[in-house]
Amino acid sequence: MTPELKGFVLLSLIKIVVVFSVMMVGVMMVIWMERRVSAWKQDRLGPNRVGPQGLLQSVADGIKNFAKEDVIPEQANKLLFVVAPALSFIPAMLTFAVIPVAAPLPVDFDFTVPILGQFVHSGPMPMMIADLPIGMLFIVAVGSLSVYGIVLAGWSSANKYSLLGGLRASAQMVSYEVALGFSFVGVLMLAGNVTLPEIVAHQQDSVWFVFALTLGFILFFVSNLAETNRLPFDLPETESELVTGFHTEYSSMKFAMFFMAEYTHIITGSALVATLFLGGWDIPFTSWDSGDPTVLKSLLTLAFFAMKTLFFIYVFIWIRWTLPRFRFDQLMQLGWKFMLPVLLAYILILGATVLVLDSIGWSSGLPYGAALFVMNAVLVYIVFFILDNNRLLLGRTHRKVGT
Amino acid sequence: MGTKRTIELEVATSGVDAQGKATRVPLGVADQTGVGILTDREEPALGGDHMLVNIGPQHPATHGVLRLVVELDGEVVVRVIPHIGYLHSGFEKLGEYRYYNQIVPLTDRMDYLAPMSNNVCLALAVEKLMGIEITERCKVLRVIACELSRIISHLVWLGTTSIDLGAFTPFLWCFQERERVYNLQEMWTGARLTTSLTRVGGLMADIPDGFTEGVREFCATLPKTMDETDRLLTRNGIWCARMQDIGILTAEEAINYSLSGPMLRASGVPYDVRKDRPYLDYETYDFEVPIGEKGDVYDRYLCRFEEMRQSVRILQQALDRLPDGPINVDDSRVSLPPKSEAMNDMEAMIFHFKQVMEGIEAPVGEAYMPIEGPKGELGYYFVSDGTAKPVRFRVRPPAFINLAALPKMAEGHLLSDLIAINASVDIVMGEVDR
Repeated sequence: MTPELKGFVLLSLIKIVVVFSVMMVGVMMVIWMERRVSAWKQDRLGPNRVGPQGLLQSVADGIKNFAKEDVIPEQANKLLFVVAPALSFIPAMLTFAVIPVAAPLPVDFDFTVPILGQFVHSGPMPMMIADLPIGMLFIVAVGSLSVYGIVLAGWSSANKYSLLGGLRASAQMVSYEVALGFSFVGVLMLAGNVTLPEIVAHQQDSVWFVFALTLGFILFFVSNLAETNRLPFDLPETESELVTGFHTEYSSMKFAMFFMAEYTHIITGSALVATLFLGGWDIPFTSWDSGDPTVLKSLLTLAFFAMKTLFFIYVFIWIRWTLPRFRFDQLMQLGWKFMLPVLLAYILILGATVLVLDSIGWSSGLPYGAALFVMNAVLVYIVFFILDNNRLLLGRTHRKVGT
Repeated sequence: MGTKRTIELEVATSGVDAQGKATRVPLGVADQTGVGILTDREEPALGGDHMLVNIGPQHPATHGVLRLVVELDGEVVVRVIPHIGYLHSGFEKLGEYRYYNQIVPLTDRMDYLAPMSNNVCLALAVEKLMGIEITERCKVLRVIACELSRIISHLVWLGTTSIDLGAFTPFLWCFQERERVYNLQEMWTGARLTTSLTRVGGLMADIPDGFTEGVREFCATLPKTMDETDRLLTRNGIWCARMQDIGILTAEEAINYSLSGPMLRASGVPYDVRKDRPYLDYETYDFEVPIGEKGDVYDRYLCRFEEMRQSVRILQQALDRLPDGPINVDDSRVSLPPKSEAMNDMEAMIFHFKQVMEGIEAPVGEAYMPIEGPKGELGYYFVSDGTAKPVRFRVRPPAFINLAALPKMAEGHLLSDLIAINASVDIVMGEVDR
């Protein structure tokens, strides 16, 4: 191994350890946040006893889960039953590997360790675990793996509720995978690249894609909700119908793994939305952050990225505690009959618009973004107020009772 | 390929045969080879068999210990068989061994979500049997008790329905409001759940100081909470999609199933005992009875929601007219004399002793008294042979009779709809099983 390769491996290892630890702590914090935010919405207090403001509640719950008896049902397929929680947890973690969390950090070192030899690194280090050239495609590929965990959990439990939950999960996640895939095609079209650093760089140059691709943003967020199996798309779980569905039979840390997978999904999902549509680590109204890398820049952009991610995590929680859940067939209708056709048409219209803008010489900058924003505003209006016929936004056909 | 199998299970006992053995109804589709026998053990072909799912008696959405055996084709409900009796306590039989006033604690435990209206119904039935005319103040206080009960019962229904459909937040808002009524109940009767409020010919106690103010405050806070819930749910697209055109019952079907209360009114039949067979001077109160159009789950939701607002109106009118005066009838054979008198006055002490030891004798006869309970027409029926205990005590439980329509409404819908329909029936198992 060359000293440069060794330096790269060393840095990657450090990054993996740091990201993993931060994610684990983040999951605990998000669980705490969800409980406190939901309590606030419901006029309760929420956990506030363990540690300051109840911050250590998740630690206590973790200890409790470790200490609990681990029950494996007699009829269960033992191998799959044990593997399933890990299968749902790992893809959720992997996604984070390709998300850039801050501006590149300048790292220069050159040292020698006995036995291991020389380690060398110079120049900016991308603030992500792996700068894969396939970026978004990796995320889609890994993301669709997480369905296996849930389906296998549902099937191997040998429980009818779990089986129904697993079936629902597979149908739902396969359908919304399609919608998710199509909803960021717009991003790839505008950025002209699939790697996430390039997508961030393009948004720094022109506008955040939330303005240039508003409709795509909305549909991407909805598909993301469906991918995380949270309300209003928590059909695999449905506490009131299937008694928490696919993880009915799970206990102890295996149950906690599903729980952690869900919250990891929330964090990666929010980070992804922030990266694709809110400019990633970009600091708005300044181009200072895209110049030469410094430590200060990395820290500040990291803070901005965290804030954007936190905002979306909050929106996830907000939706969870506000909406009722869909019925299974309604969910499929929304995915296949509404979102997919709309997205196909959207891609067509977007392509035409970009072509027209290109031909008049606008390919980046403010007027370009403004034109796309106007186009999107019109489309959002058409989709939600005319095509949808006010069903989703204002209620289907609201009735009143007579006397 | 697997043939259609009959799944032999003792899921439904439709009756008894000549030998007195329970006849079994096999679930699933029978093939030609035989009924009730697994002829082949091969794996069923995909999409061939129906699946039996047992929902309850311990299940988050069955509102108690209802057990539903559901036959599913995919997720479509082919057949639902409700099994009841897990909370059977024999209240009706127990009542036959008790003095009339001793039955009051039993009624608390029937519809435990609205105990006060059950207490009132029992007292009214016994008073009808004995021909007792209660005082004006007692009437108004009983109206307040009934309407508070209606509101807390509907609040529980609204909260649990929203949980069943996935909206958790309104549940806690509703329960917070319900807690206020529980505080009022505690203030009045000393108990939060098992109120045992009424006695034959009156009430166990007059309202304490600060009670009317508490009710007025509740009348102010409840509409705010309801408006918030209304904004969150009523026009929500998902909520509407989950409820509209689900579990439709036409007016004719609703009458044939002998439904009552909001279930009947949602189907468009304007029958309300308070209007049609008034008791406690309900005809003098100004309120409206909401009527649905289609008879689906959404109409039941709207009807109950509007009923709560109307109950607030009735509460306010009752508070405005609350007269001074005694709460118990001035008849020493029916209501206990005040304790101070019983300790000092010989005659009062004798009446006290006789009432406690021998009960209150009712004339020979029978009486049926219906009131508009939160869940429908709640009726108490007594047959008396002239002694202080009834020879027959029977309750018309609205939840039990409404529940009978569940299979009719749910079959053909999806599993998720079954949960919504079950929630819309608004059962309370204490009353269903008695």
